[in-house]
Amino acid sequence: MMGMILRELKLSLRHAADTAASLLFFIIAGTLFPFALGPGPTTLSAIAAGVVWVCALLAALLPLDRLFGADFEDGTLDLLLLSGLPAYGVAFAKTVVHWLTTGLPLLIISAPLAVMLRMPAERLPLLVLTLLPGTMLLSLLGTLAAAITLGARRAAVLMPLITLPLMIPTLIFGASAIASPHPAAALYMLGAMLLAALPLAPLGAGAALRAAAE
Amino acid sequence: MHLLTALKLSVFRGERLVFRDVSFSLSAGGILVLRGANGAGKSSLLRALAGLTPLAAGELRWAGENALEDLPTHARRIAWLGHLDAVKPALTAGEHVTGPALAAVGLAPFAELPARLLSAGQKRRLAIARVAASGAKLWLLDEPTTGLDTASIGKFVALCEAHRGAGGMIIVSTHTPLDLRDVAELAL
Repeated sequence: MMGMILRELKLSLRHAADTAASLLFFIIAGTLFPFALGPGPTTLSAIAAGVVWVCALLAALLPLDRLFGADFEDGTLDLLLLSGLPAYGVAFAKTVVHWLTTGLPLLIISAPLAVMLRMPAERLPLLVLTLLPGTMLLSLLGTLAAAITLGARRAAVLMPLITLPLMIPTLIFGASAIASPHPAAALYMLGAMLLAALPLAPLGAGAALRAAAE
Repeated sequence: MHLLTALKLSVFRGERLVFRDVSFSLSAGGILVLRGANGAGKSSLLRALAGLTPLAAGELRWAGENALEDLPTHARRIAWLGHLDAVKPALTAGEHVTGPALAAVGLAPFAELPARLLSAGQKRRLAIARVAASGAKLWLLDEPTTGLDTASIGKFVALCEAHRGAGGMIIVSTHTPLDLRDVAELAL
């Protein structure tokens, strides 16, 4: 599996524009809010956590349709399924690559964006702490949705329609933890959801990949 | 003793029965050429043998045991060459395949070249080199010679014979007459 992850990372590096595109989308979408709502610090700091979370969710969706799409079109998916890894292993490796190339960069850049939106500095560690399981969950559920919609007509439209509703609980607990004076409960909940999705999403995605390859 | 035995295989694609009751057996060093008109089910049979398409009926046995029970183990016995070359334009030829297999298909001078600059025939040769480099016992090849020139077909045949000489097995669908020895044919 390590070999597959390294090869996929090398491919992502060669297509670095894709990663840069979702990061730029994240920054630009976040930047639009002060323009729409005015630069008042009270308004901005009140919505900062929610804006960063929603923009991160939307930005992480962008590379999902190529996650399996390119492999499906050029025949690589067959080779991945015949690589000796179980199908859920292939799906999990893709999840890891999606998180490393999209989730992790978003996580890193979320703090500067939050500062720009006037989030109080003492809340920044909590923002990053909630986005850590949040982006991982998004990679897991996004991989599942990408596998399910593989080969479907208009997969790029279907995928957010599947992923975003699944992400609502994560969004609720993630964004509320940042504003809450007692964030531990919400963080535990995020951790629990991550632990549940960790085995289930790759299993589902693996089954969907097998079905798509038939 | 046959290493690979197919017993009364049947495959559906969607609602359509593609073929039924297909049986054959293959020993080490053997080659099976699939013949049949377009749409006769050659590709479906190859996909079923790889475990990509589920069997509706029948059994595939490897050394007497059900081969498709443990798909990851079965996958490691197989080298797959489908319709598509599965060549990544952003990677170089040398990043797809390393070792002497690249030279065996005449692509050694292009090892540093990004695969997007290769011609269609060269990409096919790269895909063949990947099969040769896999070290797998059973090669499943779907129209391997599409787009190949005569010299490349000769190199491909040489690779096949070397693989068989080392005890490997090949199942291939092709419309091109290939200069192979001791060929078994299966009409679909």
